[in-house]
Parts: sequence; structure tokens; C-alpha cells
Amino acid sequence: MRAVLLLYLAAVFVFVFAPIVASIVFSFNSDRFPTIPLGSFSMEWYVKAFSDEGVWVAFKNSLIVSVCAATLSTFIGFATAYTDYRYGFRFKGAYIALALLPPTVPLIILALAMLAWLSQLGLSGTLTGIVIAHTVLGAPFAMAVTRLRLSQMDPSLEAAAWNLGASEWSAMRHVILPFCLPAILSAFCLTAAVSFDEFAVAWFVSGLNKTVPVMILEILQGNVDPRINAIGTVVFLTSMTLVIAAQLLLMAKGKST
Amino acid sequence: MPQTSSAYKYTWRLPILIWQAAFFLVPLAFMLVMTFWLVKNYRMQPDFVLKNWDKMFSRGYFWDAYWLTLGRATLAAIIVSIVAFPASFALAFKVSDTTRRWAVFFLIIPFFTSYLVRIYAWQVILAEQGVINAMIGSVGIGPVTMLNSGFGAMIGYLTLTLPLVVILQTFSLAAVDRNLIEAAWNLGCGRARTIRAVIIPSARIGLILGAIFCFILSFGDFVSPYYLGGSKPPTLSILIIDTTKSGQQWPRAAVVAICMIVTLFVAAFAAIGAAYGRPKR
Repeated sequence: MRAVLLLYLAAVFVFVFAPIVASIVFSFNSDRFPTIPLGSFSMEWYVKAFSDEGVWVAFKNSLIVSVCAATLSTFIGFATAYTDYRYGFRFKGAYIALALLPPTVPLIILALAMLAWLSQLGLSGTLTGIVIAHTVLGAPFAMAVTRLRLSQMDPSLEAAAWNLGASEWSAMRHVILPFCLPAILSAFCLTAAVSFDEFAVAWFVSGLNKTVPVMILEILQGNVDPRINAIGTVVFLTSMTLVIAAQLLLMAKGKST
Repeated sequence: MPQTSSAYKYTWRLPILIWQAAFFLVPLAFMLVMTFWLVKNYRMQPDFVLKNWDKMFSRGYFWDAYWLTLGRATLAAIIVSIVAFPASFALAFKVSDTTRRWAVFFLIIPFFTSYLVRIYAWQVILAEQGVINAMIGSVGIGPVTMLNSGFGAMIGYLTLTLPLVVILQTFSLAAVDRNLIEAAWNLGCGRARTIRAVIIPSARIGLILGAIFCFILSFGDFVSPYYLGGSKPPTLSILIIDTTKSGQQWPRAAVVAICMIVTLFVAAFAAIGAAYGRPKR
């Protein structure tokens, strides 16, 4: 019975990782329609994909958007997590619910709402518009990650700093921030990954300033195009690195306390 | 306590309020307002008419899309929950804590890793001349058409939601009191009855949360129904895209979006009620 269950578990993992592995394998395969047996090893699709200047522009756009959105998300998420940790106030439940709500709204709905609203503000078609939307999506993740870290902190630490004469600001700087640093870095990586992979809102809002996932979406609307595997492999490696880094940062902290 | 300054307090409290009000609540509210506006010469103009609601609700294709989307999302919630359960059960009861932690670690990764490219990979794998058909073809079956069907869309929903559902189920199963399970064994419950009468009710919250997250994500997803499900007939999400992108009819797309939000609200509240309410005896 145990063996059967473990075999089943392994099958689930195979299913979950099959498309990722397949995409990487296909990216180095010479066939336009990859199947088994595989064709020969080839870098053709990488050369094709990255000789296109549009691809480089998209990567540059994605980099700018992810860094800006991750920075904003991490700050807002930290501020919210600290508020939840330190203060009690009226309507706090509603406050926390509002903070965590955005990722539960389907992206396509958020995309339409953002497109309409940012058009009113004159921000649709700009990278700023995408940064704004990705911060809405990222802040809840940053808040959750930082809150997890704060819950491991001894509440008397901050009070001790106050008793020793530290102001609130300097207790923040010398006690809370150093303690939260791994979580802050983790939140930055995670929200950068969220932004780097988001395609629905970016697609609606971006106009001509395409990010990488928007470009992939537009290539997808044409025929089968193996360049996607090459671009996709780069995207996979980037976001996997970010998510793994985010998780390792959070795990490492557990030991130091 | 130090000198408590309100400047300090509000520095931390206000950012999320301001940001989510200005760029989350207001856009959603504006979308509702927009459903009463009219499009003239490809521009939206403020108005207060029910024409957009009328137009959408009187069209057969809107209701076809609605029931299709609702049906598929419900089916996805059921299928994914069932597919996930044995895996979560194995992770909760049959492996060490360390293994479980690493399994969750690896399940979190795909959740944040380009869903689009993964769906493209499935498109290639499941194609008529793809990997799966080459495999079953070598033993003389097929080719089987898997793309552009409900089956294709379901593979997509599994790709999107299975990791998350396994994680949620695993956490709640691992938290089930082992003494209860021992007690059930000692009282002569068989394996099936222990699972049905003790484990599932105790892990109810995680199981329901998993199902409702799967429902919400599948209900709103447009990538799987479009690229694996063949886009025809359209789901609500595809209807939003078509209406927004081709006709500039943002107000009518907003009508669809509002209907989706209302549906999800009802589903989420029903699920929360079922998860946290008193168990029925």
C-alpha cells in the first residue's frame, strides 16, 4: 500500500514537472515539431530567438518592471506585515483581508479593470502602468512572507530596545529590519518572479511596451514556433532561480533563531 | 513604551491602504460603473443605461459560455481534488517530515513558474504528432486527438492548480491528530473507514480550501481553454478578451467580469461556510 502511494506521488511530480523538462529538452532539439524519437542537438532556436531585437527589448522591459514592482511590493508588504504584527485597531480584519485579496481575483478581470482605469489616468500602454498592477499583485505575497518571519520574533526584543532608550525609528532600524532582512530579500525575489511571469494584466495594459510573457503570448497566437521553448527555458531558469532563492532565504532564517 | 508617534504608525499602516484603494478597489468599482456607459466612435462615454447588461443577458452565447465555464471549473475542482488526494495522503502520512518539507518546496516552484510556457509544452506533447501519440502509436494505438477538447482544457487546469491543491491538502492532512487515527484503528475501523470517518472530516478545511482555489483559478483562466481547449465554444474569460480586444466594447466585457466576480463571491462564501461551519452529523 505504501509503495503504491509513493509511486502515485512520484507520478504526480512527473506530471507537474513534465512540461518544464519537456520545454527545456525541446529547446535544444532540431525538430520544428518535437516528438520521439528526438531529433539532433541544436542551438538553432536560441540563435533565432535572440537575434531578434524585439526579444531583447522585451527582456529589458521585463527586467525594469520586475525590479520596480518587486521593490514597491516588498516595501508595502513589509509595512503591512509590521502593522499586523505590532498594532491592533478597529477593522483590522477588513484591513488584512484587503491586503491579501488581490491574488484571489482572476487575472483576466483585474486586467480589464486595470486597462479601463489606467486609460482614464493616461497610464495605459506604459511600463508604469504594468508596475502599478504588478505591485497590487505582489504586495500580498511580500506581506505573507514578512509576516511569517515576524511571527518568529520575540515580541520583547523591540520593547527591550525601547526600554534602553531607542526611539521607534531606531528600534526599527536596529532591531526589526536586521531580523527581517532574509524575509525582505525573499519577498523581493518572490515578487520579482510574480511580476516576471505575469502575462494577463501586462498583455491588456502594455500596448507596445511588451514584456517577455506578453511576447510569448503573441508568438503563441501564431503557429507552433520552437523559439518559444528557447525563450521559455530562459524564463523558467530565471523564475525558478528567484523562487528557489526566495524559499532558501526563508529556510535559512529558521536556523539562526 | 517609547514616544509613540502617529507619523511612525501611519508610515507602516497607510501604504497598502492607499495602493490597494487606488489601484485595486477603485479599478474594480470603476469597472462596475463602466457597465452603464456607452461606446460611441470607439470611445467610452459616461452614461447611465442598461443597454450593455441587456445585450449580454439576451445573447445565447453569453449563457452558453457561463454554463460551460461554471461546469468546467466545478469539474476541475472535483477532479483535481481527487487526483491530489492520494499524493497529499502519501506526503502527510507515508514520508518523513524532511521529505515532506522538500516536496512542498518543489511544489511551490511551478506555481510561480511561467504557466504560459508550460501550456505551450503540453500543446506540443499532446499534439496529433506529439510525444504521447508517438508513444502509444508504437504499441499500435491512436493517434488520439487530445487538444482542442474539454480533456485538453482539463490537463491545463491540472497544470495550473494541482501543486497548490496538493500543498493545501498536505498541510491539513499532516495536522490531523494522530491519536484520533490510532483510536479509530483500536476501535476496529478499517483503512477505508478511518479515512472516511476520521481523516477527511478532520482535514475538512484544507480539502475545501484546495477545491475552492482550484475552482477560482480554473474559472478565471483563459490560457488552458484557449490553447488546449480550442477556444470554441468560448469560456467567460475568452469572451472578455474577444469583447475587449476586437470590438473595443469594454463596457460589455465589464458586464461579463462583474458576473464572474459575483459567481466567485457566492462560491467562496459557500466554501468558507462549508469549511468553517459546524460539521453536519
